[in-house]
Amino acid sequence: MTRVGLIRLAVIVGAIGALELACRIGLIKHQIIIPPSEMASALWTLLASGSVNADIERTLGIIVLVIALSIVLGFAAGIAIHALPRVRAALDPFFATYYAVPVFIFYPVLIAIFGLSVMPIVLIGVATAIVAMIIATLNGLDRVPRVLTKVARVHRLSRIKTAVTLQLPAAAPYLFTGVKLSVSYGFIAVIAAEFILSPAGLGRDIADAYADFNNRRMYALILFLLIVATLVNAALHALDMRFAARRSGGRP
Amino acid sequence: MSVASLPSREIHAQLEAVTRVFPAAPGAGAQPPVHALGPVDLDLRKGEFFAVVGPSGCGKSTFLEVLAGLQKPTAGTVTFEGKVVNGEVADGIGVVFQEDASFPWLTVWDNAAFGLRRNGVAAAEIRRRVDDTLAFMGLKDFARAYPSQLSGGMRQRVCIARTLVLQPRLILLDEPFGALDAQTRLLMGDEVLRLWRRTGASVLLITHALDEAAMLADRVGAMSARPGRFIEVIDTGWPRERDSTIVGEAAFGEITARLWERLRGESLKALGHAGADSMAAE
Repeated sequence: MTRVGLIRLAVIVGAIGALELACRIGLIKHQIIIPPSEMASALWTLLASGSVNADIERTLGIIVLVIALSIVLGFAAGIAIHALPRVRAALDPFFATYYAVPVFIFYPVLIAIFGLSVMPIVLIGVATAIVAMIIATLNGLDRVPRVLTKVARVHRLSRIKTAVTLQLPAAAPYLFTGVKLSVSYGFIAVIAAEFILSPAGLGRDIADAYADFNNRRMYALILFLLIVATLVNAALHALDMRFAARRSGGRP
Repeated sequence: MSVASLPSREIHAQLEAVTRVFPAAPGAGAQPPVHALGPVDLDLRKGEFFAVVGPSGCGKSTFLEVLAGLQKPTAGTVTFEGKVVNGEVADGIGVVFQEDASFPWLTVWDNAAFGLRRNGVAAAEIRRRVDDTLAFMGLKDFARAYPSQLSGGMRQRVCIARTLVLQPRLILLDEPFGALDAQTRLLMGDEVLRLWRRTGASVLLITHALDEAAMLADRVGAMSARPGRFIEVIDTGWPRERDSTIVGEAAFGEITARLWERLRGESLKALGHAGADSMAAE
């Protein structure tokens, strides 16, 4: 492990240890936060019982769907908007201020239209995540060196082949930033939407456990989501580093 | 110089009364149309090495792009091997640009193989041509490296290799050594001469460096300030078997001096210098 990796690990272990100690010696009341070791044990028991499998399946399924839709549709929209400079000029102010508007205010409207189904959650998730992908795509395409377009013409590539074989790989680092943001926003939006108003899912489960003062269950589920989100982001980070290393000739 | 080694008199590419005018930009505060080039006439002979020099912004790169088919001429006719070139790059033309146009996501080998793969060439033939070209360009040991691991000069060699594997009959070089230091430029010049002799292709080099043009070319076209026109085409008379050591010859100094004599006033004009004509005549 690298020196930076060791420091990173030490920070995490130190923080968990400090929390464990604070909970054990009573600095933090058990009714507020349970020790991390208890969270882990409660999570293990919960997973072993299989009682949350359906909720895990549902929530992660929705998250995957939201992320996939946001990436695919955001990328397609980004390409289309990039090709239409006037549309781009008209939309740019909206993109610049999009995340200043809390998209969640439309959640009740979506529930009124679609009912308490998966649909409002998916729509809120996509609405939260897709713009990050659109902006990243536009950003990436803006930064494709103009000379590559000339190279494409010298090689007599069609517009589609130019996009796929040159523009897409050239814009890839920026697109990957969009993917990472879409994943993060997708996670946040789905869990939050379930938390606010949903008949099922991990977000609902956490809200119910909170309402029932069931700290063991609530923290176990929070820990589960933290682990999943961290693992997904770590995997994306590793992939990003691998691509970056290829482009920078192995230099970090 | 033996007669056999003389470039053929056959016309390979031709520009007749070619002009390029960039239209006025629409909207408020619009810029007027820019007359960038011409009228220009040129007969590029088959197998010759022709260099174009001229002041900054005189339309050298526009000239190359019109000849390549990357831009449509506003008026006049461009032909390559007897066929009209009009805004589309013809088969047999290869272009190397000043900017680093290597693909950072591909290895050197894959960069070189790019065009052949797009053209659907068989894998065995791709391997043969790429290996051969990389060996010729001195890149064999770097075949698995990525462009970011190479120097600027080597990245430019990758771009040249990517052009050479397609076996172009006309190679257009748009200031390919502009970003390199003086020594590397001399050595790259030797490599270009080597590839020119080996491929038998016609080469047109755009450069701002008079010494580079004088050293490399059979003929050098001196271009006026914008709109670019040829004010003189100088025959260097170099033998086909030549390299950068000719910079020590008296004739090299004479050619360079002649080019500067023709271009000094044009360069002053390009800089917007008042009284450029009288200063140039001094």
